[in-house]
Amino acid sequence: MAETLMFNALREAIDEEMARDETVFVLGEDVGHYGGSYKVTKDLYQKYGELRVLDTPIAENSFTGMAVGAAMTGLRPIIEGMNMGFLLLAFNQIANNAGMLRYTSGGNFKIPMVIRGPGGVGRQLGAEHSQRLEAYFQAVPGLKIVACSTAYNAKGLLKSAIRDDNPVLFFEHVLLYNLKEDLPNHEYLVPLDKAEVVRPGKDVTILTYSRMRHHVMQAVKGLVAKGIDPEVIDLISLKPLDFATIGASIQKTHRVIIVEECMKTGGIGAEIIASINDQYFDELDAPVVRLSSQDIPTPYNGKLESLTIVQPKQIETAVEHMVALRV
Amino acid sequence: MVQERTLPQFQAPAAQISAEEGLMLYEDMVLGRFFEDKCAEMYYRGKMFGFVHLYNGQEAVSTGVIKALRHDDYVCSTYRDHVHALSAGVPAQNVMAELFGKETGCSRGRGGSMHLFSSEHNLLGGFAFIGEGIPVALGAAFQSRYRRDALGQADADQVTACFFGDGTTNNGQFFECLNMAALWNLPILFVVENNKWAIGMAHERATSQPEIYRKASVFGMPGVEVDGMDVLAVRTAAQTAIARARAGEGPTLIECLTYRFRGHSLADPDELRSKVEKETWLARDPIKRFEVYLLENNLVDEDTLRGIRDRVQTLIDDALTFAEESPEPSPDDLYKYIFAES
Ligand SMILES: Cc1ncc(C[n+]2csc(CCOP(=O)(O)OP(=O)(O)O)c2C)c(N)n1
Ligand SMILES: [Mg+2]
Repeated sequence: MAETLMFNALREAIDEEMARDETVFVLGEDVGHYGGSYKVTKDLYQKYGELRVLDTPIAENSFTGMAVGAAMTGLRPIIEGMNMGFLLLAFNQIANNAGMLRYTSGGNFKIPMVIRGPGGVGRQLGAEHSQRLEAYFQAVPGLKIVACSTAYNAKGLLKSAIRDDNPVLFFEHVLLYNLKEDLPNHEYLVPLDKAEVVRPGKDVTILTYSRMRHHVMQAVKGLVAKGIDPEVIDLISLKPLDFATIGASIQKTHRVIIVEECMKTGGIGAEIIASINDQYFDELDAPVVRLSSQDIPTPYNGKLESLTIVQPKQIETAVEHMVALRV
Repeated sequence: MVQERTLPQFQAPAAQISAEEGLMLYEDMVLGRFFEDKCAEMYYRGKMFGFVHLYNGQEAVSTGVIKALRHDDYVCSTYRDHVHALSAGVPAQNVMAELFGKETGCSRGRGGSMHLFSSEHNLLGGFAFIGEGIPVALGAAFQSRYRRDALGQADADQVTACFFGDGTTNNGQFFECLNMAALWNLPILFVVENNKWAIGMAHERATSQPEIYRKASVFGMPGVEVDGMDVLAVRTAAQTAIARARAGEGPTLIECLTYRFRGHSLADPDELRSKVEKETWLARDPIKRFEVYLLENNLVDEDTLRGIRDRVQTLIDDALTFAEESPEPSPDDLYKYIFAES
């Protein structure tokens, strides 16, 4: 076991996969000489050369399309979005070409590529650098969307994403890069399509992902002290959703709270609620509750910013209310 | 009325082609023309749907460039892609079947007119949005360089030809990709088919520098202006650019001055282009012109040319029968091809 910071866990994943498969390469802004804005690709260009760790001009849509073309012709690109928000400029290439081209081509081409990088609300980074694009991208057919949340799952998931033959949007969170964890010395993979049961429980199912997992776990401490036994599920895969795991939990607890960092309107939670209503309505003892970020551009002011995202105390209160329905 | 640009002079006899080469080029252009005429007929008879953009008039560009490529080179097109696909070797019957939405289509009926693909023929698409094929083509070219220089595969000398229109050169992806292609010395040809119009937007109303080939110079890239109605002029320019690219000397921008003989798509009433302009360009028909060249230089006789035209017409009639008789995709396969199974 080796204590590893999350950004290094991601770096190890890339390093191991580049060593294993010579068609794997990294491209993006400042990934080479600079080592990535969060040091995920630090020094890799020295080991693999400048073509395999390619510093690109600031041209998000075009270098994303270039990665699609490289993937269609047999390479396995990993794009680093310096900040995932910048990928708004690459929306066309991600949606039309990464997402839809395999289908439109009638299976002529596959597009094995990973688009990874930091997103989420950080510390007073302002609206444009605090975006959660997962909700914007979830409607695009053909994309897999994954969010990592610990050093352990970050490494195992990224390795699986690189080996997957489809385009994977891989969300990291700006505030999680320095999480520390003992990682196995042996190689391991974490499957892309399986939610993680973080804490089994029987009273209520809490569905969450990325940084909000940690807010949830803080809330759980208080809840357990009050004799409440929540089941916490980290979705991991935001598309497709792992309804086998989610469904099994609902059948056990009959109550669901969703805690997410994306905005409420058209969010991941909105999609989950719709699917639960389709498939598990009869199992529910209470309406599904969702705690989401406010529907506003993330404000710079620290107090306003903390009011924008869901805080542990709110989660605790919401769970208490829901459990109280039982009596 | 805006004055016509003077077409660059090209001394055709200097091209020194054999009869065999001449016939191959002629047949490819005729194939393109007859195929598109059949599409128009089928569209107006209600057998073909969606937006259908025909290539009539521009055949010298597709034939001139693609027939100078090797089979393992890559071709990247736009929504005006039928004839590029044919030149690249995709059988007419599979292109026609695609337009009929059939399972035997080159994109298995999932793509349609604007999304022709064939991995077997290294046809990268078929892109319906302006400019979005250019980065994809750049990626294929990057891949060749990656294999050669990062992986040391000496035989990785494939070249990519990327086609797009005049209107598309005002889009950022054009400039971004010219920059990266020159920066990384990628084996790619940017082939602009300047047909003077982007739907109803006249080229000189859309751009501050109408001479597109000049835009290459700011990236330190060769830019050449070619008479796009002369298949030998296009072919000669393409051969030079391909040789450079294959030798690792980087990209070239080729601006082909050409014209579409039909409306933007089959749904376009084509009311903006003047009669004089259309007649001027119709008189430059690349197929008729090449016929004259072949006959005047005693490379072939009229009977041979007629024989080719008859053969192509039969091929297209057969393609039509094939398309009509082919099955539609099964409803059970609605979700097939969303994801690749690893
Ligand atoms: C991103 C995008 N915007 C607009 C369109 C609509 N559109 C289709 S073709 C076209 C004109 C393109 O002209 P040009 O690049 O000169 O090519 P041509 O059609 O003349 O071959 C436009 C505006 C589109 N397909 N994609
Ligand atoms: Mg045009």
